[in-house]
Amino acid sequence: MGVIGELLKGLRVTGSQMFKPRVTVKYPAVFRDKPERFHGRHVLNRYPDGMEKCIGCELCAGACPARCIYVRGADNPEDAPVSPGERYGFVYEINMLRCIFCALCVEACPTEAITMTHLFEMSTANREDAIYTKDTLLMNEDGSVPHMFPDDRLADHDELMVADGWVRATAPSGNAAYEGVKMWQGTPGPADWAPEPSQEERDA
Amino acid sequence: MAVAPTTTPGLLTTTIDKAARWAQTNSMFPATFGLACCAIEMMASGTAHYDLARFGMEVFRASPRQADLMIVAGRVSQKMAPVLRTVYDQMPDPKWVISMGACASSGGMFNNYALVQGVDQVVPVDIYVPGCPPGPQSLMHGILTLHDKIMAGEINR
Repeated sequence: MGVIGELLKGLRVTGSQMFKPRVTVKYPAVFRDKPERFHGRHVLNRYPDGMEKCIGCELCAGACPARCIYVRGADNPEDAPVSPGERYGFVYEINMLRCIFCALCVEACPTEAITMTHLFEMSTANREDAIYTKDTLLMNEDGSVPHMFPDDRLADHDELMVADGWVRATAPSGNAAYEGVKMWQGTPGPADWAPEPSQEERDA
Repeated sequence: MAVAPTTTPGLLTTTIDKAARWAQTNSMFPATFGLACCAIEMMASGTAHYDLARFGMEVFRASPRQADLMIVAGRVSQKMAPVLRTVYDQMPDPKWVISMGACASSGGMFNNYALVQGVDQVVPVDIYVPGCPPGPQSLMHGILTLHDKIMAGEINR
């Protein structure tokens, strides 16, 4: 083989790769699809009537392995209650730089007040911006979720409207045989999904 | 090379500033500083699916002398902190630091004696990327945020 032959041999891989489809996802323009159960930024939900779901019980803060959640509960004002319960969370802060997105807070929450979205792109230039307060975490009354930097060209508002589906380790009814049964969240958005059936209902 | 920001920028200096910033953002070589699981995601962001080469930063430099951007990927132990500082000091100006992941940014869930609670105790950090670990797309968001901040003149080096 001459020089030309060797050259062609060497460029064979290059040539064959050249016509294959490109795999690159051009990120700022195109967002890559995330898995269904992706754990992203948190959101504090509301009931369909606009009331807050959080009752300020601090179970999420207790369950957090990174200790990144700070909650303070307060008694509901009688004339204008914020949540249907006795109390509501009047301070709710999450330090996103501590958070490890394990969703143990989601699992601990008795009222499904805190759930997760698919937004995972939330870099900040300083530490203060990474502390999400109730202003950012709590969904609006119309069911939309506020973004920390809504005017940023990289802000993706659609990802905030995608709920993560998650699996409870055991069924809330206590039957371990139901381990792994999908409990899909209907949130974000003031959705009214059917309540979880009791064990009797399940067994029937 | 860093063009010093002037208080009253004239026509000429603003143009030079812009050109310098444009050049800085489009050839930002990262230093390899993977310390833990975040490093896997950092490596993944250089692969074909994410392709950091689109931003002119495909070469992760093993030598700090050739690097502009230090991506601290992973938890920094107390023993690693002086090493990290040395590598940072060896990098030529202008240089930037991205703190990638919960551990590097704040210690994450490891609030104990062994780890530095936030790498900004050791080096000045420009961008914090939350996540545990942040995916390649999140890291790219951090990088693009850094680019935006440099172009806007919020970070001057």
